[in-house]
Formats: sequence, structure tokens, C-alpha cells
Amino acid sequence: MTEPSEAVRIEGLRKSFGANQVLTGIDLSLAAHEVICLIGASGSGKSTLLRCVNLLEPIDEGRIWLLGQEITAAGVDENTVRRHVGIVFQSFNLFPHMNVLRNVTLAPVKVLGTRRAAAEQEARELLRRFGLADKESDFPDRLSGGQQQRVAIVRALAMRPQIMLLDEVTSALDPELVAEVLDVIRELAAGGMTMLIATHEMGFAADIANRVCFLEDGQIVEDAPPAELFTQPRDERTKRFLRRITDAGRL
Amino acid sequence: MSTRRAVVLSTVSTVVVLAALAALFLAAPGSKQVRHTFFSPHDMWQSLIGNPKQGYYSVGEALWLNIRMFLAAEVLILVLALVIAVIRQSAGPVMFPLRVISTVYVDVFRGVPLILVILALGFGVPALSLRFVSGQSAAVYGVAALVLSYSAYVSEVYRAGLNSVHQSQVAAARSLGLSRWTALRYVILPQAIRTIIPPLLNDFISLQKDTALVGILGAIEANKAAEIYSDTVFNYSSYTVAAIVFLILTIPLARFTDHLIARDRRRRLAGAVA
Repeated sequence: MTEPSEAVRIEGLRKSFGANQVLTGIDLSLAAHEVICLIGASGSGKSTLLRCVNLLEPIDEGRIWLLGQEITAAGVDENTVRRHVGIVFQSFNLFPHMNVLRNVTLAPVKVLGTRRAAAEQEARELLRRFGLADKESDFPDRLSGGQQQRVAIVRALAMRPQIMLLDEVTSALDPELVAEVLDVIRELAAGGMTMLIATHEMGFAADIANRVCFLEDGQIVEDAPPAELFTQPRDERTKRFLRRITDAGRL
Repeated sequence: MSTRRAVVLSTVSTVVVLAALAALFLAAPGSKQVRHTFFSPHDMWQSLIGNPKQGYYSVGEALWLNIRMFLAAEVLILVLALVIAVIRQSAGPVMFPLRVISTVYVDVFRGVPLILVILALGFGVPALSLRFVSGQSAAVYGVAALVLSYSAYVSEVYRAGLNSVHQSQVAAARSLGLSRWTALRYVILPQAIRTIIPPLLNDFISLQKDTALVGILGAIEANKAAEIYSDTVFNYSSYTVAAIVFLILTIPLARFTDHLIARDRRRRLAGAVA
């Protein structure tokens, strides 16, 4: 049904919280090694969409395929699905009672059954790659926001996911710390990681994405390559949104 | 200089207050009588060391039974209460009957006075004439009653602790592929337990005292020994001794609890972590 090169396929996805309809029919296809940025105002459904792909939110309607397998079908083990999909949150959500190394190795050891020594070696390599080599014994609250978010990315990568979901990962950071996190994501993209990224950083989205999707009221209003969407948006709603953030000096 | 002034002031006010209370006690019309029946040094000493030939037990020795009951009950409560709390927090239709049972359990045993639970078990279970179960000592039924009653309370403490861990921690753990149980075991519980240690210890201070209630079943614990003394010699000083030995038991735990709370506050203010 799906081509093997397709990493994620979403059809007719609907999700509401009580009376509040958050996603009102999403269709989206993400190819392997592709990077899609989701933009849109707060409340447009970007985060919920990511959380649905990771099965953190049960969906109301629609179907989602991951690497050719339908994950919204009955009897699918959500823990198995999540091994293939890493997610990084706006608020880092590191485990405060564990040091950096334990944060990173917990899932490989407990979920994949990796031997502790091997998991630690792998974790150290990842930490070194992202400039965190000297932080492995620190507890999260000793780190800056940027460092915490990089640890969170490393923690997700330690599971060797095939897809990464990034949920406004720089929104909670002080402005001077944003760059170090975006650099990490750029490196991931350069390495061919398939990513679905919800972001408010328009310049970054223009720079990194293969495609940019503009969401409003739980729908994808416009889906185009960044050069096209940012310079000559077709939909009136996209134009209005871009005008607002241009006025705010964010583009 | 102002700290020295504060020390002087607090010392003076403490002395004044204590002196006023002592004066009030000594000036009361029945003071002499009360001093004799509650604070007789001779009777206090006799009841502390005990004299089986005269028909009374040592209050000090009897306290050992309180300590053993407390320790046994504490361990069992920690386990049972956690099981109940986790069941009540569980999701899914399969767990529904267990959730109902544990909710009813907590409602019942929080609502029924502990002394009634002790009486029901202590007199009811032996009357059942079951092999093994009905042949235990009063202390065993007492511990069972304490465990049933306190587990209901402590499970609520656990539940508050589990709820205090932010949902985002659950999401982070589950998103890494950890099962519900693994997330609970390695991510949620360790954080919950840190916040509930002070209220938990508070409940255990109370548990230490409540071991005295088991005396109504005839177990010779400190309070029962004091009662026997006063019934034999017609002097209540033995109860004063019982009060003192319970204080010796509970105050260290109370101070330790205060210490942990203070340390926790310092840590939070400093933003550091253990």
C-alpha cells in the first residue's frame, strides 16, 4: 500500500479534546530522509499532530502508517512503535533525579536490553558528538536550557530512531541558547535523519526544511517547499500569518 | 549584637513561661495529690523496672514490644499502601474491579476508628477457630489491624506523591518506549518518594504511638504494663513513665522528619539536586 521510501503517512487524522477540535482532518506524507517543518500559531494543532504520530495521544479518526506499517490498527504495541520514533519536547522533560548519562542510557538498557557498558559507551559517543562530553555526571538542573535540550535530543537518539519528532524545541530557550540547539538539528538533517519539526523559527524552517506546512485550525492550509511558501504563499490565511510574523520581526 | 539580644530575649521568655506554668501547677488546690499520684519518683522507678513478684511488668521492657510491632507494621504498610496506590492510579478497564476494591478498602479503613479494627481482629479472628490464623498472639492481630488501617492512609500519601510528578515526565518516559510499569518504577516512583518522605514519616510517628492501642487485646506493651502497675499499686505514675518512654521513641523520628523537610527546602531554594 505504501512505498518503502515513505516514513510516515497520515490520512484523515482527527483529534479533539472534549468539545475542542484540535485536528480536523490532516493528510500528510513524509518521505525517508525528508525534513518537514510545521508552522502556525499556537493552538493550531502542531504539537498534537506530533504527539499523535508517537501515539502519545489516542486519535479519534483517521489512520497513520509508520515505515509502511499501520500503527493506528488494533493490537499494535505502542511501546514497539515508539522505539522507532524519537520525540523531543519544548520543556526538555529530562528525568531530574538522574544524571545525564543515566537519562540517556535508561531506555536503551530497559527497553532494548542493551548491556549497560555498551549503552554507556554509545551514550558517551553521542554526548561527545553534541559537545556534552564533560556533562555526563551532571544532573539536569545544573545545565543551561540549551544543554538540557541537547541532552534530550541525545536521549532520543540513543534509541536509534528512524524518525525524529521535534516539538518547538527552542521555544523555552533564552535567545542566545537557540543557536546551539538549532545547530544540532541541522547536523541531524545533514546526516539524513527523517524529521517532523514543529517550530516558530521561520528562518530556521526556511533553511532546513524540504517542505513547510502551515497549519491553522487543525488543518494543513498550505504545504510547499520553503522557498515557495515563504516568498509566494498562495493561501490567504498563510499570507496573513506570514504578514503578522514579519511585522513582529520574526522573519 | 542583635542575635545575642534575640538569644537573651528568647531564653528569658522561655524561663518566664515555664515558671508561670510551674507556679500554676504548684498553686492548684489539688497539686500535692496530683504530684503524688502522677509524679511519685518511687512509683515511676518501680514501674519502669517492674517487679513480676509483685504482679506488675516493667514499662521499659514492655516498650520493646511496641518497637517490634511498629517495625513489623511499618514494613508491611509501605508495601501494601504502595500496591493500593498503584492500583488506584492504574488505567484501563481490566483493572476496574481492583480499582473498586481498593477504593472501598481505603474508604472503609480510613473511616473506621483504629481501636474498632483492633478489637474486631483481636477478638473476631480467634473466634473463627481457623487453623494457624486463629492461634496467633494478640500482638500479631494488633499489627494486622495497624497495617490495615494505616495502609489506607499511607496509600493516599503515595497517591499524592505520584500525582505530584508532572504528566510530562510520564510522556517523556513513555515516548522512549518504556512500558507503563518501567516508567513507574524508574521515572515516576523515585521522584514521588522524594516528595512524600516527610508526610510518610509523620504517619509513622503516629503509628509508633498507636501501637499502645494493641494493649486492649491484652498484649503487654508499655501502656498495658503501666495500666497493670496502676491497677496493682493504685498510683498513676506508671502512666507518666509510659508517656516519657513514648516520647523517647517518637521525638528522634520527629526531629529527623524536620531535618529532612528543612534539607528539602534548602535544596529547592538552592536549585541543586542530590
